[in-house]
This record gives sequence, C-alpha cells and structure tokens, in this order.
Amino acid sequence: MGNPMKIRAASKDGVTEVKVLMNHEMETGFRKDASGAPIPAWYINEVVAKLNGKVAMEAQWGPSVSKNPYLAFKIKGGAPGDKVSVSWTDSKGDTRADEVTVS
Amino acid sequence: MIEHSWTDRRGFIRKAGLLSLVASTFTLLPRLALAAWNKAAFDSKTLADAYQAMGVDAPKESADVQLLASDIAENGAVVPLQAVSKIPNTTQISFLVEKNPNMLAALFDLGPDTVADVTARIKMGQTSNVIALVKADGKFYTATKEIKVTLGGCGG
Repeated sequence: MGNPMKIRAASKDGVTEVKVLMNHEMETGFRKDASGAPIPAWYINEVVAKLNGKVAMEAQWGPSVSKNPYLAFKIKGGAPGDKVSVSWTDSKGDTRADEVTVS
Repeated sequence: MIEHSWTDRRGFIRKAGLLSLVASTFTLLPRLALAAWNKAAFDSKTLADAYQAMGVDAPKESADVQLLASDIAENGAVVPLQAVSKIPNTTQISFLVEKNPNMLAALFDLGPDTVADVTARIKMGQTSNVIALVKADGKFYTATKEIKVTLGGCGG
C-alpha cells in the first residue's frame, strides 16, 4: 500500500477543480546509487480519477513524471458534498486509493 | 487416478486462455479509451516511434492548443506544464519531451465532462522542445514550446 495522497476538490461556477499531490519516488531507472549500481525504475504508471464513481480521467505515466507527482484538472459539474476519488498503480503493482468530498 | 486439472498442461492452457479472456473483458469495460498502459509508446526513443505507438498520424500545430510553462526551468526535476485545448471533443492530452531518453512523459484520457485543461510536473534532462499533444475527434493537434533547463533532472 502506497503512501496517502493529498487531494483537494473545490466546486466553483459549476466546475469542480481537483488538485492531487501523490507521494512517490518516481525512480527513472537511469540513476545510480553511491556504489555505482543502477537504481531500478519504480514509478506510478496508471492513475484513475472519478467523480461520484464515474471515471473523469485515466492517465498513463512514464518515469519522467516528477517525484511526488502533482496533478490538476477540472470536471464540469459536481457540487459540494460530491465525492472525488483518485487511485494509482505503480510499476511494482503497488496501489493507493484516496477519496475526498468536494467543497 | 489423481489428476489435478492445473497440472495437466492442456487443461492449464485452456483455463489460462479462458481466464485471460475473462480478465481482458472485465478490464475493458470501465475504461474510457485505452485498454492498458501503452508500453511501446513509453519505451519509444524517438518522436516518430512514440507517435506510431500512440496511433498519431500527421499531427497539426494548432493555435487552439496551449502549452503553458515558463521559458526557463531552473530545476529540470520539476517542470510544471499545463495544457489547454479549445478544440471541441478533446478526449486526450499528452506531454512529450523531445530530448528525454523516452519522449512520452504522460498521457491523459479525459471523460466527457472533463475540461481539456491538465496540469502536471515532469522531469527534463536538458533544454528541449516540449509538446502538448491533443486528440480530438480522432485527429491530433500539437503545441510546441522550448523550455530551457539550467539543471538537469535525470542526472545521478
């Protein structure tokens, strides 16, 4: 189980803006450790975001997404009290899912 | 005679085939557009290969696609990018970095109610053209911007 995400979802003028900060190393596989041995790649490669259980976005990522990835997007509709959920899967098969209420 | 079906080769193959069929049908259902992580696209080392793996045919530079980013990234490890598309029926937004070891950084499939406005942060090894690639009604459009990197983000 991965580390928790920070998610903010705010409804304004009929649009729900979602901001997500994930907690992940996003190791590229190109770096080497102090002894010169390559550090294996390890990164989030799939992200799914839902509003009230309906898929709003599906992302595919490579290792060149920054460490501790930040993601922001907007969904038409949504109102305070609605649920936004975000889940990710990384290249080792680890997953994390978090949910917030739209404010 | 004790013969467990999983140890029987033919039975195993039959069952495995059936299972994978069931699994693929199941995973296809809730998806928007793409079935699985596009390994070929993310492994591509040239823009042409990445476009081919993504099914991109003759993308057009368009003023209706905007790539919002600063001209200079002081830290290549964290380069904020925002792509906005004003083209109707935009269903997909991708970020590609021409001089990274692999061009494709991130791809976003958007639901019907999702605004074509996505922000993310990516790594850049060196100064490079960055491309926001947008798919709308099956056609591809781009916005390109050179971002200067003063400190690379892929070093070690």
